[in-house]
Amino acid sequence: MKKNEKKSFRDMISRLEEITELLESNKIELEDSIQLYEEGIAISTDCITSLKEAELKITELKNKLADISQEESAK
Amino acid sequence: MDNLKIITVSQLTFEIKRLLEENFQNVSLIGEISNFKPHVSGHWYFSLKDAEAQISCTMWKGVNSAVFFTPQDGMKIVVTGKVTVYPPRGNYQLDVRSMKPAGIGELQLNFELLKERLKKEGLFDAERKRPIPNLPMKIGIATAIDGAAFRDMVSVAGRRFPLVELVVIPTSVQGVGAAESIVDSIKALNKVPEIELIIIGRGGGSIEDLWAFNEEIVARAVYNSRIPVISAVGHEVDFTISDFVADVRAATPTAAMELATVDMWELIKNINSTIGYLGESLTKRLKDERNRIKYFIQSYASRVPESLINTNRQRLDHTTYRLTTGLENRLEKTKSNLLLRIKALENHDLSKTLKKGFVIVRQNGKAVYRAKKLEWGNPFSMRFFDNQIEINNYEKE
Repeated sequence: MKKNEKKSFRDMISRLEEITELLESNKIELEDSIQLYEEGIAISTDCITSLKEAELKITELKNKLADISQEESAK
Repeated sequence: MDNLKIITVSQLTFEIKRLLEENFQNVSLIGEISNFKPHVSGHWYFSLKDAEAQISCTMWKGVNSAVFFTPQDGMKIVVTGKVTVYPPRGNYQLDVRSMKPAGIGELQLNFELLKERLKKEGLFDAERKRPIPNLPMKIGIATAIDGAAFRDMVSVAGRRFPLVELVVIPTSVQGVGAAESIVDSIKALNKVPEIELIIIGRGGGSIEDLWAFNEEIVARAVYNSRIPVISAVGHEVDFTISDFVADVRAATPTAAMELATVDMWELIKNINSTIGYLGESLTKRLKDERNRIKYFIQSYASRVPESLINTNRQRLDHTTYRLTTGLENRLEKTKSNLLLRIKALENHDLSKTLKKGFVIVRQNGKAVYRAKKLEWGNPFSMRFFDNQIEINNYEKE
């Protein structure tokens, strides 16, 4: 998992929430709502996939207050 | 008086110094701390007293770092050290080598005193507590990297939400320098970008093992942390000062990680039900649109006031009724007129013929025009001009 992917996971979740609210509100055109629905389905699938494929990342900071040089150790 | 030898202040003082220091090289004292002053240099200055006496004490930096707790005024302790004399000031003091609480109750007292003080200062205020972020993607951890607490946290994170990144700083959590190590780790984690939550803690142990989390410097580091802190020290029953200051207290390190992460299976369930919900929303939307169109058409039609429609409808009904019944009546009348005329016409011609002497024979309501059509034996009638004769019983030839 790259850093960007992780960040986008939360973005995806909030987009999903946004879509839900939009579809609920009836404030959008019917045509758009169908498009939103399709987007929601795609995002959901992506979310579930990235969750199921995720591997825990553990970073150990050796040098405390000095510079934050990260040393990675896979678990 | 005259035979007394005169000596200098220094001579006396050094004699006293020699006497005291030779005789009290290794004493253990029990007493209550008063006027405790940790100097910036790292040395400790305080007095030890009981009901009737007191003695000045010093504890040097290199030695006091081995004390697992920070002494507080009023605490009863046992110290071991030697008596020293300081000639420039002409006073004596105890040079403390080791220090321990006089009993476990003393630690408890120390704990209560600090807790009371920090509480008054507002470090435990509920209004100050920050919420744990909803879906933290990066969590900082300050604990011993080879400890059970860290293993438990890793396993919980991996099981519940493996998308999270754990940033751990190996931290000494008990014994000499533990409090300082915890403070350093909290400060360092605050400098790591994107960390949204810090967990500090350790597994179970004795009150001495957990003591670092009761230290004032740890409490202040937690208080000053920019990032929300979960404190998870020991077991369910163990409460430390850092638990009170932290934004959230977790009963155990495992519980802390459970609080910090969402369960991915729960999340997947939610996402799935969101998909279902989106489908429902869309279906509802389509239904709404359909109803809207229907309603629009209806509302267009009803721009004509309803009363007018009803009046007209009534009129229409009435007219239809009149039209149909009138038509029927007329039809009926015409028909009967026609029949009457036909009859009259018939009668007119018939009577003339009958007058001449002709007879009409009728059988079964019909005129019999030929002899062979007559059914012999059955009744028949004979119509004369003046009368009609019924012939019922007659002899067949």
